Amino acid sequence: MVQPLDIHEETPSQTAGPYVHIGLMPSFAGIPDVYENQLGESPIADGAKGEVIEIVGSIYDGTGWAMRDALFESWQADASGKFAGQDGADPNVSGYCRFAADGETGEYTLKTVKPGSIAGRGGQVHAPHISLWIVARGINIGLQTRIYFEDEDNSNDPLLSRIEQRQRVDTLIAKKTAYGKYRFDVRLQGEGETVFLDI
Amino acid sequence: MADLGPLIPRNRDIHPVPYDPGYKTSVARSPSQPLLSMESGASEETGPTFGHGTFGALDNNLIMNFSKGTAPAIGERILMHGKVLDERGRGVPNTLVEIWQANAGGRYRHKKDGYLAPLDPNFGGCGRTLTDDEGNYQFLTIRPGAYPWPNRGNDWRPMHIHISVFGHSFGQRLITQMYFQGDPLIDLCPIAATIKNRSQLDRLVAPLDMSNSRPLDFLAYKFDIVLRGRRQTMFENKLEGM
Ligand SMILES: [Fe+2]
Repeated sequence: MVQPLDIHEETPSQTAGPYVHIGLMPSFAGIPDVYENQLGESPIADGAKGEVIEIVGSIYDGTGWAMRDALFESWQADASGKFAGQDGADPNVSGYCRFAADGETGEYTLKTVKPGSIAGRGGQVHAPHISLWIVARGINIGLQTRIYFEDEDNSNDPLLSRIEQRQRVDTLIAKKTAYGKYRFDVRLQGEGETVFLDI
Repeated sequence: MADLGPLIPRNRDIHPVPYDPGYKTSVARSPSQPLLSMESGASEETGPTFGHGTFGALDNNLIMNFSKGTAPAIGERILMHGKVLDERGRGVPNTLVEIWQANAGGRYRHKKDGYLAPLDPNFGGCGRTLTDDEGNYQFLTIRPGAYPWPNRGNDWRPMHIHISVFGHSFGQRLITQMYFQGDPLIDLCPIAATIKNRSQLDRLVAPLDMSNSRPLDFLAYKFDIVLRGRRQTMFENKLEGM
């Protein structure tokens, strides 16, 4: 026998199911006024510094169907690369947003400011990115991924550099479609499958 | 700010398998490629915070919150309570816990739920709260009914409450479900069965807690939640600090 480790295991995940909106976005589920406010309605407030951008996309299952029931959360730094709560962070950037795939079209829209690059441990610099967390019926543990931008320098990003199959890097890069507008699609499975993270 | 260290990597063996033919929807919704594993950084170690001022007095009372305190929901009154801790066993204070559930008849208040059990005019089915300074939380609610769902020929969900927890880092984000002690449907449920390790599934089953039930009012069920912890980095910090 050995000494016991004083470690508790993480609670196992279960799918968020089809009715996740009731809990996380009640007005989207048709319950508009149970709370006085809904959390994560926008990652920015008026006066947020930086370039305001809009990211639109869909999330496709393994058959190519745009899922109508997915729910997303995003977390990001402000335009200078600081997260809310860090010294010098932009007070008008909460950095956090909740949004859902449209029930009719499956498309989501995220309006935010473009984040700056982020300092990591040991002097590493991460290219500007938004962290994305995705839950839905049939997803048994929330999926983590990142949105990078095609008009930024991603060449030295430590995470993108770790992707062995270089053509898959593209699955994490939002494409510019117009001034201030980007498209970022997520593919859960199969051809063009998005790189998901264990991080 | 002091470096609290990277998040402890997730032990995926305790979690449900992403692909499980018994749960049909997971078949086309599970990645086929391995996840890319990497040590956490600021993007995962930071996270949103929510102030106490954001919350209303009835937000964690599902019996009364939908009717704005005017009429109670129908069902077996229960207190759902517990503690949010991290893998080091430390309570996680001031963190957001949200729940959602079906009503006593097993029906959700959602446009996509067409089950023939009726809606309760006084039940919305969502609640939220912040943990206290020690990581404790509580909700007053009604026990949800079991309900059938389209999967195999005759599948039923055991009574359950969905729970979403934040922690202080975006990488701790977790959604799970609480089941009730003694429910025979747990053993038949394909969603519960996505967790392959039975002792891990048992961790999602809340025991009846008579010590916290209130005579002539409600029964209590206890449900603790463990979030990812942080790895200590004493030596690394010294090197980086130079
Ligand atoms: Fe459910």
